[in-house]
Amino acid sequence: MATRTATRAPAPSEATARRPGRLSTGKVVLTLGGWFVGLLFFFPVLWMFLTGFKTEAQASTDPPTFFFTPTLDQYQAIFERDFAPYFLNSVTASVMSTLLVVILATPAAYALSIMPIPHWRDSLFFFMSTRMLPPVASILPLYIIFNNLGVLDNINALFIIYTVMNLPIAVWMIRSFLLEVPKEVLEAARLDGANLSLELRKVIVPMIAPGLAATALICFIFAWNEFFFAVTLTSTQAATVPVFLVGFITSEGLFWARLSAACTLAVLPVIIAGWVAQKWLVRGLSLGAVK
Amino acid sequence: MTAVVDQVTPPEAPDRRELTQGQLWRRRTPLLPALILVILLTQIPFLLTIWYSFQDRNLLRPGSGQFVGLDNYSEVFTDPLFRNAVGNTIVMTVSAVILSLILGLALAVLLDKVFPGRGIVRTLLITPFLVMPTAAALLWKTSFFSPVFGLINWVLAPFGVGNLDWVSTYPMATIVLVLVWEWTPFMMLILLAGLQSQSPDILEAAKVDGAGGWKTFRLITLPHLRQFIDLAVLLGSIYIVHTFDVIFMITQGGPGQATTNLPYFIYQEAFRAFDVGEAAAAGVIVVAATIVIATFALRRVSEVFKGEV
Repeated sequence: MATRTATRAPAPSEATARRPGRLSTGKVVLTLGGWFVGLLFFFPVLWMFLTGFKTEAQASTDPPTFFFTPTLDQYQAIFERDFAPYFLNSVTASVMSTLLVVILATPAAYALSIMPIPHWRDSLFFFMSTRMLPPVASILPLYIIFNNLGVLDNINALFIIYTVMNLPIAVWMIRSFLLEVPKEVLEAARLDGANLSLELRKVIVPMIAPGLAATALICFIFAWNEFFFAVTLTSTQAATVPVFLVGFITSEGLFWARLSAACTLAVLPVIIAGWVAQKWLVRGLSLGAVK
Repeated sequence: MTAVVDQVTPPEAPDRRELTQGQLWRRRTPLLPALILVILLTQIPFLLTIWYSFQDRNLLRPGSGQFVGLDNYSEVFTDPLFRNAVGNTIVMTVSAVILSLILGLALAVLLDKVFPGRGIVRTLLITPFLVMPTAAALLWKTSFFSPVFGLINWVLAPFGVGNLDWVSTYPMATIVLVLVWEWTPFMMLILLAGLQSQSPDILEAAKVDGAGGWKTFRLITLPHLRQFIDLAVLLGSIYIVHTFDVIFMITQGGPGQATTNLPYFIYQEAFRAFDVGEAAAAGVIVVAATIVIATFALRRVSEVFKGEV
Protein backbone atom coordinates (compact mmCIF):
# COMPACT_ATOMS: atom_id res chain seq x y z
CA MET A 1 0.00 0.00 0.00
CA ALA A 2 2.73 2.40 0.97
CA THR A 3 4.57 1.86 -2.28
CA ARG A 4 1.49 2.57 -4.35
CA THR A 5 0.67 5.72 -2.46
CA ALA A 6 4.13 6.91 -3.34
CA THR A 7 3.75 6.18 -7.05
CA ARG A 8 0.43 7.97 -7.22
CA ALA A 9 1.55 11.15 -5.51
CA PRO A 10 2.27 13.89 -8.01
CA ALA A 11 5.90 14.63 -8.59
CA PRO A 12 7.01 17.81 -6.84
CA SER A 13 8.20 19.34 -10.12
CA GLU A 14 4.70 19.25 -11.58
CA ALA A 15 2.93 22.56 -11.84
CA THR A 16 -0.12 21.05 -10.15
CA ALA A 17 1.84 19.92 -7.09
CA ARG A 18 -0.07 20.80 -3.92
CA ARG A 19 1.67 22.49 -1.12
CA PRO A 20 2.09 20.04 1.73
CA GLY A 21 -0.15 20.59 4.74
CA ARG A 22 -2.95 22.27 2.78
CA LEU A 23 -6.18 20.33 2.78
CA SER A 24 -8.74 20.70 0.02
CA THR A 25 -12.45 20.62 0.83
CA GLY A 26 -12.73 17.20 -0.79
CA LYS A 27 -10.02 15.86 1.46
CA VAL A 28 -11.72 17.22 4.58
CA VAL A 29 -15.04 15.63 3.60
CA LEU A 30 -13.25 12.37 2.83
CA THR A 31 -11.44 12.39 6.15
CA LEU A 32 -14.55 13.18 8.17
CA GLY A 33 -16.59 10.60 6.26
CA GLY A 34 -13.93 7.95 6.70
CA TRP A 35 -13.66 8.53 10.42
CA PHE A 36 -17.44 8.64 10.78
CA VAL A 37 -18.07 5.22 9.20
CA GLY A 38 -15.05 3.75 10.97
CA LEU A 39 -16.37 4.87 14.34
CA LEU A 40 -19.92 3.84 13.41
CA PHE A 41 -18.85 0.26 12.70
CA PHE A 42 -16.66 0.20 15.77
CA PHE A 43 -19.24 1.76 18.05
CA PRO A 44 -20.96 -1.47 19.22
CA VAL A 45 -17.60 -2.81 20.35
CA LEU A 46 -16.79 0.43 22.12
CA TRP A 47 -20.21 0.47 23.77
CA MET A 48 -19.72 -3.09 24.99
CA PHE A 49 -16.37 -2.14 26.45
CA LEU A 50 -17.87 0.89 28.22
CA THR A 51 -20.95 -0.93 29.52
CA GLY A 52 -18.73 -3.55 31.12
CA PHE A 53 -17.48 -0.87 33.52
CA LYS A 54 -20.93 0.40 34.52
CA THR A 55 -23.19 -0.66 37.33
CA GLU A 56 -26.29 -2.61 36.31
CA ALA A 57 -28.41 0.47 37.03
CA GLN A 58 -26.33 2.56 34.63
CA ALA A 59 -26.29 -0.13 31.95
CA SER A 60 -29.98 -0.04 31.18
CA THR A 61 -31.25 3.52 31.31
CA ASP A 62 -33.30 5.70 29.03
CA PRO A 63 -31.58 7.85 27.76
CA PRO A 64 -28.37 5.79 27.70
CA THR A 65 -25.66 6.68 30.21
CA PHE A 66 -22.57 8.08 28.52
CA PHE A 67 -20.69 9.45 31.50
CA PHE A 68 -20.13 7.41 34.63
CA THR A 69 -17.51 6.42 37.17
CA PRO A 70 -16.04 3.10 36.01
CA THR A 71 -16.33 0.13 38.32
CA LEU A 72 -14.75 -3.32 38.21
CA ASP A 73 -17.69 -4.94 40.01
CA GLN A 74 -18.92 -6.74 36.90
CA TYR A 75 -15.55 -8.32 36.19
CA GLN A 76 -15.35 -9.45 39.77
CA ALA A 77 -18.85 -10.94 39.54
CA ILE A 78 -17.93 -12.85 36.38
CA PHE A 79 -14.95 -14.48 37.96
CA GLU A 80 -17.07 -15.36 40.96
CA ARG A 81 -19.40 -17.09 38.52
CA ASP A 82 -16.50 -19.36 37.54
CA PHE A 83 -15.57 -17.75 34.26
CA ALA A 84 -11.95 -18.83 34.54
CA PRO A 85 -12.44 -22.54 33.60
CA TYR A 86 -14.31 -21.54 30.43
CA PHE A 87 -11.58 -19.12 29.51
CA LEU A 88 -8.89 -21.75 30.15
CA ASN A 89 -10.79 -24.25 28.00
CA SER A 90 -10.92 -21.73 25.19
CA VAL A 91 -7.21 -21.05 25.53
CA THR A 92 -6.43 -24.77 25.55
CA ALA A 93 -8.63 -25.61 22.57
CA SER A 94 -7.46 -22.68 20.43
CA VAL A 95 -3.76 -22.75 21.29
CA MET A 96 -3.36 -26.54 21.10
CA SER A 97 -5.30 -26.81 17.86
CA THR A 98 -3.36 -23.92 16.34
CA LEU A 99 -0.03 -25.56 17.21
CA LEU A 100 -1.11 -28.91 15.82
CA VAL A 101 -2.49 -27.27 12.69
CA VAL A 102 0.82 -25.56 11.94
CA ILE A 103 2.78 -28.75 12.66
CA LEU A 104 0.59 -30.82 10.33
CA ALA A 105 -0.07 -28.24 7.65
CA THR A 106 3.54 -27.18 7.01
CA PRO A 107 4.75 -30.58 5.70
CA ALA A 108 1.43 -31.05 3.90
CA ALA A 109 1.79 -27.70 2.15
CA TYR A 110 5.36 -28.67 1.28
CA ALA A 111 4.12 -31.85 -0.42
CA LEU A 112 1.66 -29.73 -2.40
CA SER A 113 4.13 -27.08 -3.54
CA ILE A 114 7.88 -27.48 -3.27
CA MET A 115 8.15 -31.24 -3.77
CA PRO A 116 4.69 -31.87 -5.19
CA ILE A 117 3.09 -35.26 -5.29
CA PRO A 118 1.43 -36.27 -8.55
CA HIS A 119 -2.16 -34.98 -8.58
CA TRP A 120 -1.38 -32.32 -5.97
CA ARG A 121 -4.24 -30.18 -7.31
CA ASP A 122 -6.79 -32.83 -6.33
CA SER A 123 -5.46 -32.99 -2.77
CA LEU A 124 -5.38 -29.23 -2.48
CA PHE A 125 -8.99 -28.87 -3.56
CA PHE A 126 -10.01 -31.82 -1.41
CA PHE A 127 -8.77 -29.91 1.63
CA MET A 128 -10.76 -26.86 0.64
CA SER A 129 -13.91 -28.85 -0.04
CA THR A 130 -13.89 -30.19 3.54
CA ARG A 131 -13.95 -26.59 4.80
CA MET A 132 -16.99 -25.85 2.65
CA LEU A 133 -19.08 -28.74 3.91
CA PRO A 134 -21.54 -27.62 6.56
CA PRO A 135 -20.64 -28.72 10.09
CA VAL A 136 -24.20 -30.03 10.48
CA ALA A 137 -23.29 -32.77 8.00
CA SER A 138 -20.84 -34.40 10.36
CA ILE A 139 -22.09 -33.41 13.79
CA LEU A 140 -24.42 -36.36 14.41
CA PRO A 141 -21.89 -39.15 13.84
CA LEU A 142 -19.25 -37.16 15.72
CA TYR A 143 -21.63 -36.77 18.65
CA ILE A 144 -22.52 -40.47 18.64
CA ILE A 145 -18.90 -41.62 18.22
CA PHE A 146 -17.62 -39.25 20.90
CA ASN A 147 -20.40 -40.44 23.18
CA ASN A 148 -19.44 -44.08 22.63
CA LEU A 149 -15.75 -43.33 23.16
CA GLY A 150 -16.59 -41.39 26.31
CA VAL A 151 -14.94 -38.18 25.03
CA LEU A 152 -18.03 -36.04 24.90
CA ASP A 153 -17.41 -32.89 26.91
CA ASN A 154 -13.65 -33.47 26.57
CA ILE A 155 -11.37 -30.56 25.70
CA ASN A 156 -8.92 -32.79 23.80
CA ALA A 157 -11.68 -34.03 21.53
CA LEU A 158 -12.73 -30.43 20.88
CA PHE A 159 -9.21 -29.32 20.04
CA ILE A 160 -8.85 -32.17 17.52
CA ILE A 161 -12.09 -31.01 15.86
CA TYR A 162 -10.75 -27.45 15.68
CA THR A 163 -7.52 -28.78 14.18
CA VAL A 164 -9.43 -30.47 11.38
CA MET A 165 -11.59 -27.37 10.92
CA ASN A 166 -8.55 -25.13 10.41
CA LEU A 167 -6.25 -27.48 8.49
CA PRO A 168 -7.59 -26.57 5.02
CA ILE A 169 -7.10 -22.84 5.61
CA ALA A 170 -3.62 -23.43 6.99
CA VAL A 171 -2.57 -25.73 4.13
CA TRP A 172 -3.69 -23.21 1.54
CA MET A 173 -2.16 -20.26 3.35
CA ILE A 174 1.18 -21.89 4.15
CA ARG A 175 1.37 -23.16 0.60
CA SER A 176 0.99 -19.62 -0.71
CA PHE A 177 3.93 -18.57 1.48
CA LEU A 178 6.04 -21.59 0.45
CA LEU A 179 5.63 -20.70 -3.21
CA GLU A 180 7.43 -17.45 -2.49
CA VAL A 181 10.57 -19.14 -1.16
CA PRO A 182 13.31 -18.82 -3.79
CA LYS A 183 14.08 -22.20 -5.32
CA GLU A 184 17.82 -21.62 -5.19
CA VAL A 185 17.76 -21.61 -1.41
CA LEU A 186 16.04 -24.98 -1.27
CA GLU A 187 18.37 -26.47 -3.86
CA ALA A 188 21.36 -25.28 -1.90
CA ALA A 189 19.98 -26.89 1.23
CA ARG A 190 19.37 -30.13 -0.62
CA LEU A 191 22.92 -30.14 -2.00
CA ASP A 192 24.16 -29.85 1.53
CA GLY A 193 22.47 -33.18 2.10
CA ALA A 194 19.70 -31.99 4.37
CA ASN A 195 16.89 -34.51 4.75
CA LEU A 196 13.28 -33.40 4.69
CA SER A 197 12.74 -32.85 8.38
CA LEU A 198 16.02 -30.95 8.63
CA GLU A 199 15.23 -28.94 5.50
CA LEU A 200 11.85 -27.98 6.93
CA ARG A 201 13.13 -27.04 10.36
CA LYS A 202 16.40 -25.34 9.46
CA VAL A 203 15.68 -23.75 6.10
CA ILE A 204 11.99 -23.44 5.34
CA VAL A 205 10.43 -22.64 8.70
CA PRO A 206 12.80 -19.74 9.42
CA MET A 207 12.16 -18.32 5.95
CA ILE A 208 8.38 -18.41 6.19
CA ALA A 209 8.20 -17.67 9.91
CA PRO A 210 6.10 -14.50 9.47
CA GLY A 211 3.72 -16.44 7.24
CA LEU A 212 3.43 -19.22 9.80
CA ALA A 213 2.73 -16.67 12.51
CA ALA A 214 0.00 -15.12 10.36
CA THR A 215 -1.51 -18.53 9.67
CA ALA A 216 -1.44 -19.36 13.36
CA LEU A 217 -3.20 -16.12 14.26
CA ILE A 218 -5.95 -16.74 11.69
CA CYS A 219 -6.48 -20.29 12.95
CA PHE A 220 -6.54 -19.01 16.51
CA ILE A 221 -9.26 -16.51 15.61
CA PHE A 222 -11.47 -19.17 14.01
CA ALA A 223 -10.99 -21.65 16.85
CA TRP A 224 -11.56 -19.08 19.58
CA ASN A 225 -14.83 -17.86 18.05
CA GLU A 226 -16.19 -21.31 17.17
CA PHE A 227 -19.59 -22.01 18.68
CA PHE A 228 -21.42 -24.86 16.91
CA PHE A 229 -19.11 -27.74 17.88
CA ALA A 230 -18.55 -26.24 21.31
CA VAL A 231 -22.23 -26.07 22.15
CA THR A 232 -23.03 -29.54 20.79
CA LEU A 233 -19.99 -31.50 21.96
CA THR A 234 -19.36 -29.98 25.39
CA SER A 235 -21.48 -29.31 28.45
CA THR A 236 -19.74 -28.53 31.73
CA GLN A 237 -16.15 -29.83 31.82
CA ALA A 238 -14.91 -28.69 28.42
CA ALA A 239 -17.24 -25.77 27.74
CA THR A 240 -15.54 -22.75 26.14
CA VAL A 241 -16.18 -19.01 26.41
CA PRO A 242 -18.99 -18.83 23.80
CA VAL A 243 -20.82 -21.54 25.73
CA PHE A 244 -20.43 -19.45 28.89
CA LEU A 245 -22.20 -16.62 27.09
CA VAL A 246 -25.22 -18.85 26.44
CA GLY A 247 -26.01 -18.47 30.12
CA PHE A 248 -26.84 -14.81 29.47
CA ILE A 249 -29.59 -15.49 26.94
CA THR A 250 -32.25 -15.94 29.57
CA SER A 251 -31.09 -13.16 31.86
CA GLU A 252 -31.99 -10.62 29.22
CA GLY A 253 -32.52 -7.10 30.45
CA LEU A 254 -31.24 -7.84 33.90
CA PHE A 255 -27.48 -8.14 33.66
CA TRP A 256 -26.39 -6.00 30.74
CA ALA A 257 -23.30 -4.66 32.43
CA ARG A 258 -22.15 -8.09 33.53
CA LEU A 259 -22.95 -9.46 30.07
CA SER A 260 -20.90 -6.70 28.45
CA ALA A 261 -17.98 -7.38 30.75
CA ALA A 262 -18.13 -11.09 29.87
CA CYS A 263 -18.34 -10.26 26.16
CA THR A 264 -15.36 -7.93 26.46
CA LEU A 265 -13.26 -10.70 27.98
CA ALA A 266 -14.54 -13.07 25.30
CA VAL A 267 -13.62 -10.87 22.35
CA LEU A 268 -10.41 -9.24 23.61
CA PRO A 269 -7.92 -12.03 22.69
CA VAL A 270 -9.19 -12.25 19.14
CA ILE A 271 -9.40 -8.51 18.58
CA ILE A 272 -5.78 -8.21 19.65
CA ALA A 273 -4.76 -11.18 17.48
CA GLY A 274 -6.71 -9.75 14.55
CA TRP A 275 -5.23 -6.29 14.86
CA VAL A 276 -1.76 -7.81 14.95
CA ALA A 277 -2.51 -10.06 11.97
CA GLN A 278 -4.57 -7.58 9.94
CA LYS A 279 -1.96 -7.38 7.20
CA TRP A 280 -2.48 -11.09 6.52
CA LEU A 281 -6.17 -11.29 7.32
CA VAL A 282 -7.31 -10.99 3.73
CA ARG A 283 -4.89 -13.72 2.67
CA GLY A 284 -6.24 -16.09 5.27
CA LEU A 285 -9.87 -15.32 4.54
CA SER A 286 -9.42 -15.94 0.84
CA LEU A 287 -7.42 -19.13 1.53
CA GLY A 288 -4.28 -17.54 0.19
CA ALA A 289 -5.86 -16.48 -3.11
CA VAL A 290 -5.65 -12.76 -2.45
CA LYS A 291 -2.57 -11.15 -1.01
CA MET B 1 2.28 -5.28 -6.32
CA THR B 2 -0.36 -7.61 -7.59
CA ALA B 3 -2.99 -8.91 -5.26
CA VAL B 4 -3.44 -12.32 -6.74
CA VAL B 5 -0.69 -14.79 -6.01
CA ASP B 6 0.26 -15.91 -9.48
CA GLN B 7 3.85 -15.03 -10.13
CA VAL B 8 5.32 -18.17 -8.68
CA THR B 9 4.66 -21.44 -10.38
CA PRO B 10 5.41 -24.53 -8.35
CA PRO B 11 7.77 -27.06 -9.84
CA GLU B 12 5.61 -29.06 -12.20
CA ALA B 13 4.36 -32.26 -10.66
CA PRO B 14 6.29 -35.19 -11.96
CA ASP B 15 4.68 -37.95 -13.88
CA ARG B 16 3.91 -40.87 -11.64
CA ARG B 17 5.80 -43.21 -14.00
CA GLU B 18 9.00 -41.24 -13.70
CA LEU B 19 9.22 -41.78 -9.99
CA THR B 20 10.25 -44.96 -8.21
CA GLN B 21 7.95 -46.22 -5.48
CA GLY B 22 10.43 -44.96 -2.93
CA GLN B 23 10.49 -41.45 -4.37
CA LEU B 24 6.73 -41.43 -4.60
CA TRP B 25 6.31 -42.30 -0.96
CA ARG B 26 8.96 -39.84 0.09
CA ARG B 27 6.87 -37.13 -1.53
CA ARG B 28 3.60 -38.40 -0.09
CA THR B 29 4.68 -38.92 3.50
CA PRO B 30 4.66 -35.26 4.59
CA LEU B 31 1.09 -34.95 3.37
CA LEU B 32 -0.30 -38.07 5.00
CA PRO B 33 -0.78 -37.06 8.66
CA ALA B 34 -2.89 -34.04 7.73
CA LEU B 35 -4.77 -35.90 5.02
CA ILE B 36 -5.59 -38.91 7.19
CA LEU B 37 -6.79 -36.75 10.06
CA VAL B 38 -9.06 -34.75 7.78
CA ILE B 39 -10.51 -37.86 6.13
CA LEU B 40 -11.02 -39.52 9.51
CA LEU B 41 -12.94 -36.60 10.97
CA THR B 42 -14.83 -35.23 8.00
CA GLN B 43 -15.36 -37.93 5.37
CA ILE B 44 -16.11 -40.85 7.66
CA PRO B 45 -18.64 -38.90 9.73
CA PHE B 46 -20.28 -37.75 6.52
CA LEU B 47 -20.54 -41.33 5.23
CA LEU B 48 -22.09 -42.24 8.58
CA THR B 49 -24.54 -39.36 8.18
CA ILE B 50 -25.63 -40.85 4.86
CA TRP B 51 -25.95 -44.24 6.57
CA TYR B 52 -28.06 -42.81 9.41
CA SER B 53 -30.26 -41.02 6.91
CA PHE B 54 -31.61 -44.40 5.79
CA GLN B 55 -32.39 -45.45 9.34
CA ASP B 56 -35.17 -44.86 11.80
CA ARG B 57 -32.74 -43.79 14.50
CA ASN B 58 -33.69 -41.82 17.61
CA LEU B 59 -31.30 -41.05 20.45
CA LEU B 60 -34.09 -41.40 23.00
CA ARG B 61 -35.01 -44.92 21.85
CA PRO B 62 -32.06 -47.25 22.38
CA GLY B 63 -32.09 -50.09 19.88
CA SER B 64 -33.74 -48.01 17.20
CA GLY B 65 -31.93 -47.99 13.87
CA GLN B 66 -33.94 -50.13 11.45
CA PHE B 67 -33.37 -49.58 7.77
CA VAL B 68 -36.24 -47.50 6.41
CA GLY B 69 -35.01 -46.70 2.91
CA LEU B 70 -35.89 -43.23 1.72
CA ASP B 71 -38.58 -42.62 4.35
CA ASN B 72 -36.54 -39.91 6.09
CA TYR B 73 -36.04 -38.08 2.83
CA SER B 74 -39.72 -38.07 1.94
CA GLU B 75 -40.43 -36.98 5.52
CA VAL B 76 -37.97 -34.10 5.20
CA PHE B 77 -39.28 -32.99 1.83
CA THR B 78 -42.90 -32.99 2.97
CA ASP B 79 -42.04 -31.28 6.28
CA PRO B 80 -43.33 -27.68 6.07
CA LEU B 81 -40.75 -26.73 8.69
CA PHE B 82 -37.96 -27.91 6.40
CA ARG B 83 -39.30 -25.93 3.45
CA ASN B 84 -39.66 -22.93 5.74
CA ALA B 85 -36.01 -23.37 6.79
CA VAL B 86 -34.89 -23.53 3.15
CA GLY B 87 -36.74 -20.29 2.42
CA ASN B 88 -35.30 -18.58 5.49
CA THR B 89 -31.79 -19.72 4.61
CA ILE B 90 -32.09 -18.26 1.12
CA VAL B 91 -33.57 -14.94 2.30
CA MET B 92 -31.01 -14.60 5.08
CA THR B 93 -27.99 -15.52 2.96
CA VAL B 94 -28.91 -13.55 -0.15
CA SER B 95 -29.83 -10.36 1.69
CA ALA B 96 -26.82 -10.50 4.02
CA VAL B 97 -24.42 -11.18 1.15
CA ILE B 98 -25.81 -8.46 -1.12
CA LEU B 99 -25.99 -5.79 1.58
CA SER B 100 -22.55 -6.53 2.96
CA LEU B 101 -21.11 -6.61 -0.55
CA ILE B 102 -22.52 -3.17 -1.40
CA LEU B 103 -21.39 -1.66 1.89
CA GLY B 104 -18.05 -3.45 1.62
CA LEU B 105 -17.49 -2.04 -1.86
CA ALA B 106 -18.32 1.49 -0.70
CA LEU B 107 -15.94 1.18 2.26
CA ALA B 108 -13.21 -0.33 0.09
CA VAL B 109 -13.46 2.61 -2.33
CA LEU B 110 -13.27 4.96 0.65
CA LEU B 111 -10.23 3.24 2.13
CA ASP B 112 -8.51 3.16 -1.24
CA LYS B 113 -8.19 6.95 -0.96
CA VAL B 114 -5.48 8.54 1.11
CA PHE B 115 -6.60 10.52 4.16
CA PRO B 116 -5.20 11.21 7.62
CA GLY B 117 -5.75 8.23 9.92
CA ARG B 118 -6.65 5.81 7.14
CA GLY B 119 -4.80 2.96 8.87
CA ILE B 120 -6.74 3.50 12.10
CA VAL B 121 -10.08 3.67 10.27
CA ARG B 122 -9.22 0.42 8.50
CA THR B 123 -8.44 -1.20 11.84
CA LEU B 124 -11.73 0.05 13.31
CA LEU B 125 -13.63 -1.25 10.30
CA ILE B 126 -12.28 -4.80 10.44
CA THR B 127 -13.05 -5.17 14.13
CA PRO B 128 -16.69 -6.36 13.76
CA PHE B 129 -15.44 -9.37 11.83
CA LEU B 130 -13.12 -10.30 14.69
CA VAL B 131 -15.73 -10.09 17.42
CA MET B 132 -16.95 -13.49 18.55
CA PRO B 133 -20.36 -13.83 16.86
CA THR B 134 -22.01 -15.13 20.03
CA ALA B 135 -20.84 -12.07 21.95
CA ALA B 136 -21.84 -9.72 19.13
CA ALA B 137 -25.29 -11.29 18.96
CA LEU B 138 -25.87 -10.92 22.73
CA LEU B 139 -24.72 -7.34 22.64
CA TRP B 140 -26.96 -6.36 19.74
CA LYS B 141 -29.91 -8.16 21.26
CA THR B 142 -29.64 -6.32 24.59
CA SER B 143 -27.97 -2.93 24.25
CA PHE B 144 -29.19 -2.18 20.72
CA PHE B 145 -32.46 -3.97 19.92
CA SER B 146 -34.08 -3.84 23.35
CA PRO B 147 -37.47 -2.07 23.19
CA VAL B 148 -37.11 0.13 26.27
CA PHE B 149 -33.41 0.78 26.80
CA GLY B 150 -32.06 -0.09 23.35
CA LEU B 151 -29.82 2.41 21.59
CA ILE B 152 -31.58 2.01 18.25
CA ASN B 153 -34.91 3.14 19.62
CA TRP B 154 -33.18 5.98 21.45
CA VAL B 155 -31.57 7.20 18.22
CA LEU B 156 -34.83 6.81 16.30
CA ALA B 157 -37.00 8.39 18.99
CA PRO B 158 -36.95 11.85 17.33
CA PHE B 159 -38.42 10.16 14.26
CA GLY B 160 -41.42 8.91 16.19
CA VAL B 161 -40.26 5.37 16.85
CA GLY B 162 -41.56 4.31 20.23
CA ASN B 163 -40.64 1.26 22.26
CA LEU B 164 -40.42 -0.98 19.24
CA ASP B 165 -39.40 -4.56 19.97
CA TRP B 166 -37.10 -5.13 16.99
CA VAL B 167 -36.35 -8.79 17.61
CA SER B 168 -39.95 -9.95 17.75
CA THR B 169 -41.34 -7.47 15.21
CA TYR B 170 -38.62 -7.80 12.55
CA PRO B 171 -36.77 -10.98 13.53
CA MET B 172 -35.28 -11.64 10.09
CA ALA B 173 -34.17 -8.04 9.63
CA THR B 174 -32.40 -8.02 13.00
CA ILE B 175 -30.50 -11.21 12.16
CA VAL B 176 -29.56 -9.83 8.74
CA LEU B 177 -28.44 -6.54 10.28
CA VAL B 178 -26.08 -8.32 12.68
CA LEU B 179 -24.77 -10.53 9.85
CA VAL B 180 -24.18 -7.49 7.63
CA TRP B 181 -22.31 -5.72 10.43
CA GLU B 182 -20.17 -8.82 10.88
CA TRP B 183 -19.50 -9.61 7.20
CA THR B 184 -19.07 -6.14 5.63
CA PRO B 185 -15.43 -6.04 6.78
CA PHE B 186 -14.80 -9.39 5.10
CA MET B 187 -16.16 -8.12 1.79
CA MET B 188 -14.31 -4.84 2.22
CA LEU B 189 -10.94 -6.51 2.78
CA ILE B 190 -11.15 -8.66 -0.35
CA LEU B 191 -12.43 -5.80 -2.52
CA LEU B 192 -9.83 -3.41 -1.12
CA ALA B 193 -7.11 -5.86 -2.10
CA GLY B 194 -8.67 -5.86 -5.57
CA LEU B 195 -8.72 -2.07 -5.81
CA GLN B 196 -5.13 -1.81 -4.68
CA SER B 197 -3.98 -4.27 -7.31
CA GLN B 198 -5.10 -1.92 -10.08
CA SER B 199 -2.31 -0.54 -12.13
CA PRO B 200 -2.03 3.20 -11.32
CA ASP B 201 -0.79 3.77 -14.89
CA ILE B 202 -4.10 2.69 -16.40
CA LEU B 203 -6.04 4.95 -14.03
CA GLU B 204 -3.69 7.80 -14.86
CA ALA B 205 -4.17 7.13 -18.58
CA ALA B 206 -7.97 7.20 -18.15
CA LYS B 207 -7.64 10.57 -16.41
CA VAL B 208 -5.46 11.93 -19.18
CA ASP B 209 -8.01 10.74 -21.73
CA GLY B 210 -10.60 12.80 -19.90
CA ALA B 211 -12.62 10.05 -18.24
CA GLY B 212 -14.41 11.24 -15.10
CA GLY B 213 -14.29 9.46 -11.75
CA TRP B 214 -17.56 7.60 -12.15
CA LYS B 215 -16.81 6.59 -15.74
CA THR B 216 -13.39 5.30 -14.80
CA PHE B 217 -14.91 3.35 -11.93
CA ARG B 218 -17.62 1.80 -14.09
CA LEU B 219 -15.52 0.99 -17.15
CA ILE B 220 -12.14 0.15 -15.66
CA THR B 221 -12.36 -0.52 -11.94
CA LEU B 222 -15.53 -2.65 -11.86
CA PRO B 223 -14.44 -5.06 -14.60
CA HIS B 224 -11.08 -5.39 -12.85
CA LEU B 225 -12.87 -6.10 -9.56
CA ARG B 226 -15.07 -8.79 -11.13
CA GLN B 227 -13.02 -11.76 -9.95
CA PHE B 228 -12.64 -10.28 -6.48
CA ILE B 229 -16.39 -9.68 -6.24
CA ASP B 230 -17.06 -13.26 -7.30
CA LEU B 231 -14.61 -14.59 -4.76
CA ALA B 232 -16.05 -12.43 -1.97
CA VAL B 233 -19.63 -13.42 -2.81
CA LEU B 234 -18.91 -17.14 -3.05
CA LEU B 235 -16.79 -17.39 0.07
CA GLY B 236 -19.18 -15.10 1.93
CA SER B 237 -22.20 -17.20 0.90
CA ILE B 238 -20.54 -20.41 1.99
CA TYR B 239 -19.80 -19.00 5.43
CA ILE B 240 -23.14 -17.20 5.85
CA VAL B 241 -25.20 -20.26 4.83
CA HIS B 242 -23.69 -21.96 7.91
CA THR B 243 -24.88 -19.22 10.28
CA PHE B 244 -25.85 -20.76 13.58
CA ASP B 245 -24.46 -18.77 16.50
CA VAL B 246 -26.24 -15.48 15.81
CA ILE B 247 -29.62 -17.23 15.46
CA PHE B 248 -29.01 -19.34 18.55
CA MET B 249 -28.25 -16.26 20.66
CA ILE B 250 -30.80 -13.75 19.36
CA THR B 251 -33.98 -15.56 18.30
CA GLN B 252 -33.49 -19.29 18.90
CA GLY B 253 -35.00 -19.68 15.42
CA GLY B 254 -38.16 -17.83 16.41
CA PRO B 255 -40.55 -16.28 16.91
CA GLY B 256 -42.25 -19.47 15.80
CA GLN B 257 -39.96 -20.59 13.01
CA ALA B 258 -39.41 -17.15 11.49
CA THR B 259 -35.61 -17.25 11.61
CA THR B 260 -34.94 -21.00 11.59
CA ASN B 261 -32.39 -21.62 8.87
CA LEU B 262 -31.15 -25.06 7.77
CA PRO B 263 -28.31 -25.47 10.28
CA TYR B 264 -30.62 -24.45 13.10
CA PHE B 265 -33.40 -26.75 11.80
CA ILE B 266 -31.02 -29.72 11.77
CA TYR B 267 -29.74 -28.78 15.22
CA GLN B 268 -33.31 -28.78 16.53
CA GLU B 269 -34.13 -32.11 14.89
CA ALA B 270 -30.98 -33.70 16.27
CA PHE B 271 -30.50 -32.17 19.71
CA ARG B 272 -34.02 -31.14 20.71
CA ALA B 273 -36.12 -33.87 19.05
CA PHE B 274 -33.25 -36.42 18.95
CA ASP B 275 -34.56 -37.57 15.56
CA VAL B 276 -31.20 -38.59 14.10
CA GLY B 277 -32.68 -40.14 10.95
CA GLU B 278 -34.50 -37.05 9.78
CA ALA B 279 -31.73 -34.71 10.86
CA ALA B 280 -29.22 -36.81 8.93
CA ALA B 281 -31.41 -36.78 5.82
CA ALA B 282 -31.71 -32.98 6.06
CA GLY B 283 -27.94 -32.81 6.53
CA VAL B 284 -27.32 -34.84 3.39
CA ILE B 285 -29.63 -32.56 1.42
CA VAL B 286 -27.81 -29.48 2.71
CA VAL B 287 -24.46 -30.98 1.73
CA ALA B 288 -25.76 -31.74 -1.76
CA ALA B 289 -26.89 -28.13 -2.11
CA THR B 290 -23.59 -26.84 -0.72
CA ILE B 291 -21.65 -28.97 -3.21
CA VAL B 292 -23.46 -27.18 -6.03
CA ILE B 293 -22.46 -23.75 -4.69
CA ALA B 294 -19.00 -24.95 -3.72
CA THR B 295 -18.32 -26.30 -7.20
CA PHE B 296 -18.79 -22.83 -8.58
CA ALA B 297 -16.68 -21.42 -5.79
CA LEU B 298 -13.84 -23.84 -6.40
CA ARG B 299 -13.91 -23.19 -10.13
CA ARG B 300 -13.84 -19.47 -9.46
CA VAL B 301 -10.98 -19.76 -7.01
CA SER B 302 -8.97 -21.84 -9.44
CA GLU B 303 -9.52 -19.14 -12.05
CA VAL B 304 -8.24 -16.58 -9.60
CA PHE B 305 -5.18 -18.80 -9.23
CA LYS B 306 -4.83 -19.05 -12.98
CA GLY B 307 -1.31 -19.61 -14.11
CA GLU B 308 -0.67 -21.40 -10.89
CA VAL B 309 -3.29 -24.08 -10.39
